[in-house]
Amino acid sequence: MKLTLKIWRQPGPDAPGKIVAYEVAGVSPDSSFLEMLDTLNEHLMHEGEEPVAFDHDCREGICGSCGVVIDGIAHGPAKAVTTCQLHMRTFKDGDTITVEPWRANAFPILKDLIVDRSAFDRIIQAGGYVSVGTGSAQDANSIMIPKPDADLAMDGAACIGCAACVAACPNGSAMLFTAAKVGHLAALPQGQEEREERAVLMVGQMDAEGFGGCTNIRECGAVCPKEIPIDFIAQMNRDLLRGALKGAGKR
Amino acid sequence: MTITQPDVRVTPTFSAPTLDPKEPDGPIEKRWDKARFEYKLVNPSNKRKFNIIIVGSGLAGASAAATMGELGYNVQVYCYQDSPRRAHSVAAQGGINAAKNYQNDGDSIFRLFYDTVKGGDFRSRESNVYRLAQVSNHIIDQCVAQGVPFAREYGGTLDNRSFGGAQVSRTFYARGQTGQQLLLGAYQALSRQIHAGTVTMHTRTEMLDLVLIDGRARGIVVRDMVSGEIDTHMADAVVLATGGYGNAFYLSTNAKGCNVTANWRAHKQGAFFANPCFTQIHPTCIPQAGKHQSKLTLMSESLRNDGRIWVPRKVDDKRPPGEIPENERWYYLEEKYPSFGNLVPRDIASRAAKNVVDEGHGVGPMQNGVYLDFEDAIGRLGKQVISDRYGNLFDMYQNITGENPYQVPMRIYPASHYTMGGLWVDYNLQSTIPGLFVIGEANFSDHGANRLGASALMQGLSDGYFVIPFSIGNYLGSAPLKRVFADHKSAKEARQRVEARIQHLLTINGERTPADFHRELGGLIWDGCGMARNEAGLRRALEKIPALRQEFWENLKVTGTAKDLNQALEHAGRVADFLELGELMCIDALAREESCGAHFREEYQTEDGEALRRDDEFAYVAAWEATGDVSAPTLHKEHLEFEHVPLSTRSYK
Repeated sequence: MKLTLKIWRQPGPDAPGKIVAYEVAGVSPDSSFLEMLDTLNEHLMHEGEEPVAFDHDCREGICGSCGVVIDGIAHGPAKAVTTCQLHMRTFKDGDTITVEPWRANAFPILKDLIVDRSAFDRIIQAGGYVSVGTGSAQDANSIMIPKPDADLAMDGAACIGCAACVAACPNGSAMLFTAAKVGHLAALPQGQEEREERAVLMVGQMDAEGFGGCTNIRECGAVCPKEIPIDFIAQMNRDLLRGALKGAGKR
Repeated sequence: MTITQPDVRVTPTFSAPTLDPKEPDGPIEKRWDKARFEYKLVNPSNKRKFNIIIVGSGLAGASAAATMGELGYNVQVYCYQDSPRRAHSVAAQGGINAAKNYQNDGDSIFRLFYDTVKGGDFRSRESNVYRLAQVSNHIIDQCVAQGVPFAREYGGTLDNRSFGGAQVSRTFYARGQTGQQLLLGAYQALSRQIHAGTVTMHTRTEMLDLVLIDGRARGIVVRDMVSGEIDTHMADAVVLATGGYGNAFYLSTNAKGCNVTANWRAHKQGAFFANPCFTQIHPTCIPQAGKHQSKLTLMSESLRNDGRIWVPRKVDDKRPPGEIPENERWYYLEEKYPSFGNLVPRDIASRAAKNVVDEGHGVGPMQNGVYLDFEDAIGRLGKQVISDRYGNLFDMYQNITGENPYQVPMRIYPASHYTMGGLWVDYNLQSTIPGLFVIGEANFSDHGANRLGASALMQGLSDGYFVIPFSIGNYLGSAPLKRVFADHKSAKEARQRVEARIQHLLTINGERTPADFHRELGGLIWDGCGMARNEAGLRRALEKIPALRQEFWENLKVTGTAKDLNQALEHAGRVADFLELGELMCIDALAREESCGAHFREEYQTEDGEALRRDDEFAYVAAWEATGDVSAPTLHKEHLEFEHVPLSTRSYK
């Protein structure tokens, strides 16, 4: 396959960026989107040009490192896949594809397609855990968890932290990410002790990072590679309201 | 403010270390308790005076950092990704073993210990493995307490499944994402400590050298991968948790960034590298589709619980699988190994697949795979049950190949996956460099010559949560540790070494990219030191690898500059180290004149093609010391005694 790529190039955080067009040929339909970018990069390096910088690691859709906006859609046109799982058989010979980084106030661009998502780590640090130290746990089976609750927890826990939800949201909101973690722990007995304060603290951090607010547009759920249900947002809003009314989150 | 350098005595010659595993004596089930009682303790109010560096934030690194932070130590953690949650532990699919015996099928700590020693083909240290089995139950308890969403039965208790190499059902899992969920548990605990201020996290920062002062590990040289700045960080002890080196094969199930650099830098300064040729090939990965392939994707071993492996009986049979009648399907594992069937350990399953493909029975467009077929299981259990157990794996397979495994059999083939080899450590997880500890896949210890499924996750968390926080306390409480600073002579020399190497990589200005060299090296190592090895092939590799290495340093092309985000430069540094490790792997494979576990020497096999161990001469850990000449390391042997698991031939028939 032969393709025209229009890729955002930006040399550094403070430099201006722009879209640059490249031709790439000899792309196998069985190759992944990132393998296609590798082909472009090998070619650029041979020409003495700097390759396109992009985050990636596992290349199997679980680490959450990779993620670009492809023709305006976070992670591209296929449903429930990450950028590294997108394969070139989704496109046609001769296509023009536009590739951009995640765009959000809270995610400064570092270089080309790489952005700084450390805000996500800070949201988790604000409360996305159960406060239990190592070594004091009781026997695992002494906490009985109904299977539907365990499954619901797993649905929220499946979030890989890729931030496609933020990229897709016109408000740049991180509600789906935050709600997935809140929802995972809220579904479990272990998470009940700190349930409301967790919602208050994590949403507080989310706001402090400069993410936008949620107005129920639902672009997030549409692009999430793990298909996290947006119902988690509604549930978190309830926990948040209860917590705020009770004055939770002040330690 | 001037920083006065402490009064440093003349550095004594680092005396040749002897391999003392420091196993406690006494009955094996009491050794860990004995060790913990005899460990020096660090007073709670003194812990905050100690600085500990942890390189790597996967299961082992994150759990160690969280636990040490909780205890009150000052911890600095480094990872090359943008967040600790990206560590490749995240990709483990199948599950984690523990000796809980919830399924009432005869499991126990002793049985898990026994299965692991035997599964490792009698090349691991009994004391370490017993401890691993002993703490396995605490790991599950800790994970559940953290909210790890393990699968549950309808009654609310934890569910288990079976895994290769075991006849009991002892594996705990969270859909097909156990690695991610366990890592998130550790990452969340780590996050709590970061918030509390006991742990400082340095993301997008890679370790490029180790600093030794008075023969002890006292710091690391790091590169900020965004700005390119080089810096030196000092500490009282250094822990490496940097994972395995399977990426030396280029095509492996590792993440693209996985590397041996931290381990290798330590090795060159005196940390012995143990059993480097013990590299595990995982039997069920998606076969290579073409030259563009950048890595191979694992299909969890748990699939072998329900899938049946077969190839067409006829050679070069290109018919679609649906057109091959039952009597023309060769279920080769079930036929050859009736007791274990499709659940034989990985090394046995991998070699069996290689044999049938080499003989011409391979399936798929490149005829480089075998079938893993769910037709019977779907018929017996229904599609919904299969989807509940493996849903995300089936989706992943379909994304990559475009084929639907609910309708056609999956195609799989072995690929490099895990490395049992790594830096040598004693019972306290300390390497041959005092103050340098190694945990998780980065160390060599518990899996012998072959790791059983669902035990890597177990080992990483065992080391991180339950061993290193105490063994390191013993070191800190007893070692004479003067305060050291980044302007110490050794620290400055290490930093200069790093800067010089980076400049060198950038100024060769040759023709070939790092990826190009990496691909070629991977092919050489796979051919010479892959699933089946022989003397001629190893010697050929030992000529070609140094030659490729020489070409690398003469013909490498790296674009960009040092003081910038430069992924080509990062890759080049890692490939440079793989070009040396690859040689050590082949040297080790050549020296080990037997077949055991994942190391199969064609010259040493039984009549029916099974591994032939030579316990009388080779029941040892091969610990290699760097000498300055990459092609001539010194071999040290740690002899292994098997008192509790009698030496026997592994048979899974």
